[in-house]
Amino acid sequence: MQLKRLAQFTVRKLIRLVLLLIAVSLFSFVLVSLSPVDPINAYVGAEMLQIGPEQRQLIAERWGLDQPMITRFWLWLQQLGSGNLGTSMIFNQPVGTVIANRFQVSLQMLAIAWLLSGLLGLGLGVLAGAYEGRWIDRTIRFYAYILASSPTFWMALLLLIIFSVTLKLTPICCAAPPGVLATDVTLGQRIHHLILPAVTLSIIGVASIALHTRQKLIEVLNSDYVLFARAQGETLWGIIRHHGLRNILLPAITLQFASLSELFGGAVLAEQVFAYPGLGEATVQAALRSDVPLLVGIVFFSALFVYIGNTIADLTYQIIDPRIRIGGL
Amino acid sequence: MLSVENFSVTFTMYDRGLVQKQLTVITDLDLEVRAGEVVAVVGSSGSGKSLLAHAVLGILPANAETSGRILFQGEPLSAARCQALRGRAIALIPQSIGYLDPLMTVGAQVCRVGQLNGLAKPAAKLVMLETFKRYNLASEVQHLYPFQLSGGMARRVLVAMAVVGQAELVIADEPTPGLHPDVVTETLNHLRELASEGKGVMLITHDIEAALQIADRVAVFYAGTTVEIAAASDFANGKLRHPYTQALWRALPQHDFIPVAGD
Repeated sequence: MQLKRLAQFTVRKLIRLVLLLIAVSLFSFVLVSLSPVDPINAYVGAEMLQIGPEQRQLIAERWGLDQPMITRFWLWLQQLGSGNLGTSMIFNQPVGTVIANRFQVSLQMLAIAWLLSGLLGLGLGVLAGAYEGRWIDRTIRFYAYILASSPTFWMALLLLIIFSVTLKLTPICCAAPPGVLATDVTLGQRIHHLILPAVTLSIIGVASIALHTRQKLIEVLNSDYVLFARAQGETLWGIIRHHGLRNILLPAITLQFASLSELFGGAVLAEQVFAYPGLGEATVQAALRSDVPLLVGIVFFSALFVYIGNTIADLTYQIIDPRIRIGGL
Repeated sequence: MLSVENFSVTFTMYDRGLVQKQLTVITDLDLEVRAGEVVAVVGSSGSGKSLLAHAVLGILPANAETSGRILFQGEPLSAARCQALRGRAIALIPQSIGYLDPLMTVGAQVCRVGQLNGLAKPAAKLVMLETFKRYNLASEVQHLYPFQLSGGMARRVLVAMAVVGQAELVIADEPTPGLHPDVVTETLNHLRELASEGKGVMLITHDIEAALQIADRVAVFYAGTTVEIAAASDFANGKLRHPYTQALWRALPQHDFIPVAGD
């Protein structure tokens, strides 16, 4: 019974994933193809004047840009079937390789931001919820509302001004010091360059998690079972430790996995501001220079990434909540 | 053991906009519970019975204000004393399984009561198993979650939770609604048993029939105060004084079955 339900769940999720990926790739393919940016102009750049129409024609033929859009999409889909995501026009490398390289750089930043925002958000949310209406709650809420309504790039610029320009504590850009060979970069240097983008992302992420956690904890603290726990002589922190955390953890974990999409979106902006050569920065490049294969590849990949996050969020309920796990509700 | 004198509970709340409203829910209430005795507090739903229980336990909401006195074992029940005693000397048996943490196993929750009573974890577990045995609960029940309990099991678990601690006063808040008659009788017998052991039992219910089965005295609650405190035998002997009590008695199906007029 259990196994059958899990199998059904997986099959349903997989079908949805395939449909989602088809839709996502179709839309991004069409949108980028229709964008006013001419990929050849974007590729040639400043040397545009030195190139004749014959050479332009050659480039267009090499990239298949002379074919109609529907043919190109069909060819792309066929290649995808054999695992080939195509070649990036701006990096002149297979899209798969570009994404893999760039994602590796982004991954550390995303992971740090994700953990940091989750833990901080949970902590602040619990604190605010426990002292509902008191000054500490108001301070945390004020902070969260401000963060939630400030744009990521603005936050990034602000941190850059404070920590890199004024205090000179962190580097102004990039993932490594300029002029150093990639093989010579030390771990310390890498972390040094990583801190600010990761912190930017996490303090933005903290807001929504803190507010959600606070709300959930208040709900739990007003429940009948907490009233009974108080009647048993539990103190406020005893209640939070034994009943509060247990009951807010599930929604918190779900939210945490579901927040992967926001994190990914935030990374695009943060990486741009910090010139951090991650996947987000590559996305901007691909869009600005109409690199259709790379952009579609990234969109494809990020959809997969976010979808997996959401699926894990769904699964945690099935696995952790005893009412669903045992009760089969 | 417990005596409530001249006790009132008033809520301050916002009526419309910023206009504050005072709502008195319990007025000038007097009640006494002695050791070894079951006192039933009977009244219709919404008459403030549960609030009385919460007041004795000191777990009223923050916007409630109280006046009058509550004495426990001869001494006033101040906020600090209340906090020290609740769950230890005074225990609550709640209305339903909804008062248990839905994500915690029953055993862990019963153990927790033991721990709050100052027992170490292994000792608390032993006491829990003993109590389970006393109430005819298989030891496997400790691994179940609240939603897995049947109605009867749930009642026994809730009574067991009150017994794990060494409470002297047990307050049962509507322990019998919506239950099979056999389970009702069983639960009531458990309460009677506790009284026979020398504990004071306060049974809060709207079911006058159930109350009469085990209570020594019945306090009839109407509109936030006790209109009459009568010995259980007075009901059958026709010695009831207050018209509301008489109306309640007559409303029972086995008597005249005349409905009580609405408030």
